[in-house]
Amino acid sequence: MGEKLSFEYAPAPESRAIVSIKPKYGHFIGGKFVAGNKHFPTINPATEEVLSQISLAGKSEVDAAVKAARKAYSSTWSKMSGKERGKYLFRIARIMQERSREFAVLESLDNGKPIRESRDVDVPLAAAHFFYHAGWADKLEFAGLGTSTKPHGVAGQIIPWNFPLLMLAWKVAPALAAGNTVVLKPAETTSLTALLFAEVCQQAELPAGVVNIVTGDGSTGSLIVNHPGIDKIAFTGSTEVGKIIARAVAPTNKSVTLELGGKAANIVFEDAAIDEAVEGIVNGIFFNQGHVCCAGSRLIVQESITEELLEKLKNRMAKIRVGDPLDKNTDLGAINSKEQLLKIRELSATGDSEGAERWSAPCDLPSKGFWFAPTIFTGVTQSHRIAREEIFGPVLSVLTFRTPQEAIDKANNTPFGLSAGVWSEKGSKVLWASQQLRAGVIWANTFNKFDPTSPFGGYKESGWGREGGRHGLSAYLKGVSHE
Amino acid sequence: MSFYGLVDGSEASLKKYLSTLSGVDQVGADARAAMLATRSIKTSSKRWAIDTAISMVDLTTLEGADTAGKVKALCTKAVRPDPTDASVPSVGAVCVYNDMVGIARTHLDLIGGQHVGVAAVSTAFPSGRASMAVKIQDTQDAIDAGASEIDMVIDRGAFLSGRYIEVFDEIVTIKEICGTRAHLKVIFETGELVTYDNVRKASFLAMAAGADFIKTSTGKVAPAATPPVVLVMLEAVRDFYAMTQVRIGVKPAGGIRNTKDAIKQLVLVNETAGPEWLTPTHFRIGASALLNDLLMQRMKMDDGYYASPQYVTVD
Repeated sequence: MGEKLSFEYAPAPESRAIVSIKPKYGHFIGGKFVAGNKHFPTINPATEEVLSQISLAGKSEVDAAVKAARKAYSSTWSKMSGKERGKYLFRIARIMQERSREFAVLESLDNGKPIRESRDVDVPLAAAHFFYHAGWADKLEFAGLGTSTKPHGVAGQIIPWNFPLLMLAWKVAPALAAGNTVVLKPAETTSLTALLFAEVCQQAELPAGVVNIVTGDGSTGSLIVNHPGIDKIAFTGSTEVGKIIARAVAPTNKSVTLELGGKAANIVFEDAAIDEAVEGIVNGIFFNQGHVCCAGSRLIVQESITEELLEKLKNRMAKIRVGDPLDKNTDLGAINSKEQLLKIRELSATGDSEGAERWSAPCDLPSKGFWFAPTIFTGVTQSHRIAREEIFGPVLSVLTFRTPQEAIDKANNTPFGLSAGVWSEKGSKVLWASQQLRAGVIWANTFNKFDPTSPFGGYKESGWGREGGRHGLSAYLKGVSHE
Repeated sequence: MSFYGLVDGSEASLKKYLSTLSGVDQVGADARAAMLATRSIKTSSKRWAIDTAISMVDLTTLEGADTAGKVKALCTKAVRPDPTDASVPSVGAVCVYNDMVGIARTHLDLIGGQHVGVAAVSTAFPSGRASMAVKIQDTQDAIDAGASEIDMVIDRGAFLSGRYIEVFDEIVTIKEICGTRAHLKVIFETGELVTYDNVRKASFLAMAAGADFIKTSTGKVAPAATPPVVLVMLEAVRDFYAMTQVRIGVKPAGGIRNTKDAIKQLVLVNETAGPEWLTPTHFRIGASALLNDLLMQRMKMDDGYYASPQYVTVD
């Protein structure tokens, strides 16, 4: 010994023995699992292994779910005191914590995200959302939203594949706390943790029909959006689908919140703490394979430090561990689907053809499954497609600026406005920049930090309304009088 | 001296050099260190890490109650940490007070431990509160007695009051005394410098002044070698290498008591400075109790169960 210099980490896979995946799933309607008619496979994107068959809900299943939700709303949930509702939410939160490892492993299997993230971020945050909203359930009169608020009734909720369980928690927890019942549809590639959550609802003895989960694709989503028995729509996903939903609900009485795409600017000033800025850039764009609507996908860096920063960034990117999502040392997992991988490839190719310079971290990508190496494009300008369109993958566009105002102008010059980051050791500059940036969340000297107490949502094409905090709660109530 | 062309020895040039350093964001540094602490090091990699860590230990006794007998026992342990298993490597060095250096060197040589260094703590360790003449004599004595490594403390009072040039000059002076006979490790006592900005500044100051190693702590002040402090120092040696092509070593000391802590340190090295630092030439761990835990874990990996503590020697 002593000769070998390199410290190779032996595989440290989390055991998947803790999860039991059924060969076939139905829907969760009226407190029971009911068999589906048509099925489609859900796969592990890291291996392309078929994990299970998921049901595709059609009109009859969506009708049944809405009916069950309406019945639960009228007969049970709307009559229950906030204190009692809160008890159920606390119970769900505790069970999620108790079964956290099961949720984490299942999420990584179905989604492709590293176990480190599902274990340390997704699942704890999902439980935190239930704990937080459990506390609001009996205090709605004191939330500063007026004293005569009422739930909407039945909420239809459609969630994306990037944070399946966490997005479920963002949607279900406030809806239930406010007194609504829900019909939720997980994304077609990532239904498994939602179906496990249905088991948790049973375990918590949540009254039948308060939570209904129907699985399926966009056609199922459309049935929910257009269902006359639904009072409120909450959607997280692409801006393209968000616009379709906005059109669909425009002539109806439905309330709607939309949490859509982003192309966030991560601005690094020359007086930033540079090593931590590099960490923040990595966390901003490579967290969750870049499948994050608020990802810091545009690095806007002051010209005077560009060279030094990029060298450090490349050095750091070379240390990103890409591979088996269940390995506890993996930093970057699999791209969620073949479709998404093709989209990332296509948009990256436009970066090449439009003259930006591509650099990818040297790493061995597994031969099976969907993978994309952490990549940056330098020499990107505002008119490049990769500076304007959401890639939703581990691809960073690097732009430069000379003056603070130029940084702000470039950051705001986008149809989106979900999040932004500012890096500087100078407090006055951070505060000034934060006031100029038109985005729903601004992170100062950090990135991708989430907390149930903090409202999250976008400007412009990034969405309508907020989720989390009091603001998010208000979206699930009517008769809100804003102070 | 050229100071790598970074400073010319004047206060003005030192100030200018230190002013070019970027700040350290405490929250971010803490978060990065915490993330790296989640690395799961198992099986073959754990075995490699344990042996590597053993070879990096500066086996230390720094007590008023130290005697020749105690120091000799430590030396024996240093050469052959596990008397029942010859495949266990020797540690990097023994680390003792000035007056124990001769005893340690003689005993090591006697028992076939020529390859194990003797490190002497110096410059009025641990406080650094003495005149320069005393600090010089302290160092000279130790080298004359056979110390191959000098672990000097900086004057934290001078550093905290902004008299960086004094700290710089002290290091330069001690380095001159070390010459080619001894390696110089510069101890910051990070628990007294407190901020990561100070740790980064002290690192660059000491490296330019001629330190071969930068070391966190004396072991007499808590907190000592916390993972974020070591992270900041590893970033400093990495950046210094990029500037000068000279690889400065890092020595965390204080508070690293078990195998888990030691492996976390090696992960920090691997993913911050890089694998080139994963050798006793560039990374040492100042410790006393750690060695026995490394030995216990090593036995556990071989035998599959934890042995009674009576199977490792208490020295």
